[in-house]
Amino acid sequence: MLLINCPYCGERPEPEFVYGGEAHIARPKDPDSQGPQDWVRYLYRRDNTRGVHAERWRHTHGCGRFFNALRDTTTDHFLVTYKTGEPRPDPAKATP
Amino acid sequence: MTPFSGLSLFLKGLGGQKGWQRQWRSPEPKPAYDAIIVGGGGHGLGAAYYLAAEHGLTNVAVLEKGWIGGGNTGRNTTVIRSNYLFDESAALYDHALKMWSDLAQVLNYNVMFSPRGVMMLAHTVHDMQVAKRHIHANRANGVDNEWLTPEEAKAFCPPLNIGALRYPILGAALQRRGGTARHDAVAWGYARAADALGVDILENCEVTGILRDAGGRAQGVITTRGTIRSPRIGVAAAGHSSVVMKMAGVELPLESFPLQALVSEPVKPVFPCVVMSNTIHAYISQSDKGELVIGAGTDAYTSYTQRGGLHITSHALEAICELFPMFRRLKMLRSWGGIVDVTPDRSPIIGKTPVPGLYLNCGWGTGGFKATPGSAHVFAWTIARDEPHPINAPFTLERFTEGNLIDEAAAAAVAH
Repeated sequence: MLLINCPYCGERPEPEFVYGGEAHIARPKDPDSQGPQDWVRYLYRRDNTRGVHAERWRHTHGCGRFFNALRDTTTDHFLVTYKTGEPRPDPAKATP
Repeated sequence: MTPFSGLSLFLKGLGGQKGWQRQWRSPEPKPAYDAIIVGGGGHGLGAAYYLAAEHGLTNVAVLEKGWIGGGNTGRNTTVIRSNYLFDESAALYDHALKMWSDLAQVLNYNVMFSPRGVMMLAHTVHDMQVAKRHIHANRANGVDNEWLTPEEAKAFCPPLNIGALRYPILGAALQRRGGTARHDAVAWGYARAADALGVDILENCEVTGILRDAGGRAQGVITTRGTIRSPRIGVAAAGHSSVVMKMAGVELPLESFPLQALVSEPVKPVFPCVVMSNTIHAYISQSDKGELVIGAGTDAYTSYTQRGGLHITSHALEAICELFPMFRRLKMLRSWGGIVDVTPDRSPIIGKTPVPGLYLNCGWGTGGFKATPGSAHVFAWTIARDEPHPINAPFTLERFTEGNLIDEAAAAAVAH
């Protein structure tokens, strides 16, 4: 079970959270101009990174808010959590 | 390779089990092969075997970064069934199920296939409707599946509690041809049979790059044991498919999750079949060694750690104890995780890729073991002929762009 540092509530156990998939995937601003290749990239393709992965979590059984995290998928160690809308931190400078 | 027979086992027994030979060679990599398979699990070893046995390609290598069968082939719960909803899936999984029935004879290796029946429980009206829809769809596709009342389910599996439960058992769908097999023996049997036909099995040989010529065609791979050239490269790397395919610049619609399983201490034969429950999420069977083999769910997050959270396995055990109260005092012996590559529609990808000469077999998600012989068979066909077998033709990478999804996501037997 992971211990996750919600940027609003502090450290809480994993069952309070719902995983929200890869972070920083923006919905196309002009959907009508998108072709099938653009849609497949937005809807289905994922980095599936082996290493430092930027991902969304939602503190469902807490504040209910979405936030982002950098986690190493080879160790499940969280490098940093940060609020939605903030840029992806540099993993070298991140402190958990 | 000395063939196994009842007589050879008996004579070796008389001789104190001495004089057994190695079952496959451990050769040095050659500079070039006619075909390379990346990934020494059941699907990869099987593909190499069928390339040699059915397509005359014997100058073949299987590259495995660890030891063969050490990934998901050795980590699954060995359940075999083919009761999938859609026509494309039923054709693929039943192709495999038919091959399981004589696989031990074909490979001259006992894979311990045991068609003891797979029973899927229905706990709600919705479960019953879904189960019956599957039964009708399966029968229309020539796949056996039948409806049991709670009493019939209890008669088929006596340990089952059909009394007052939080989620009472309203019936079950039973595929009698389904069952289990010995997963390690599948890897070893394919390895031994492929090796006998000339296939090189290269363990501790991790692929770190894919070579392409000026036209973009795949030419070979860079490995931790040197560069190996080949005009045909088949990737069957399961949870690491995204990592390997990125070396060739191909992005995949995959996410890799840990899927956990656990076994109990061994006990005398008490459990006659496989039981699965979608709604309260657990599945269970008993190995020939006596351990109860229990499948839990996937963890919520992507990971390559081959382990997961304890709350996932304890959730599965709560369901098992509710369904089978006789197991409440049983001790669990060990638990582990495997990394499963999940597609958006929960169906696999088997076919060609945008890179000529590079072929892909991935996306089996939480249920690839059951398909091993069929998957390997059609994958070998695809590599040898540079075109898909009719059975795997719908399972393209392009279906996500075209919208031709094979959406078993909502129709899978177990919700992950």
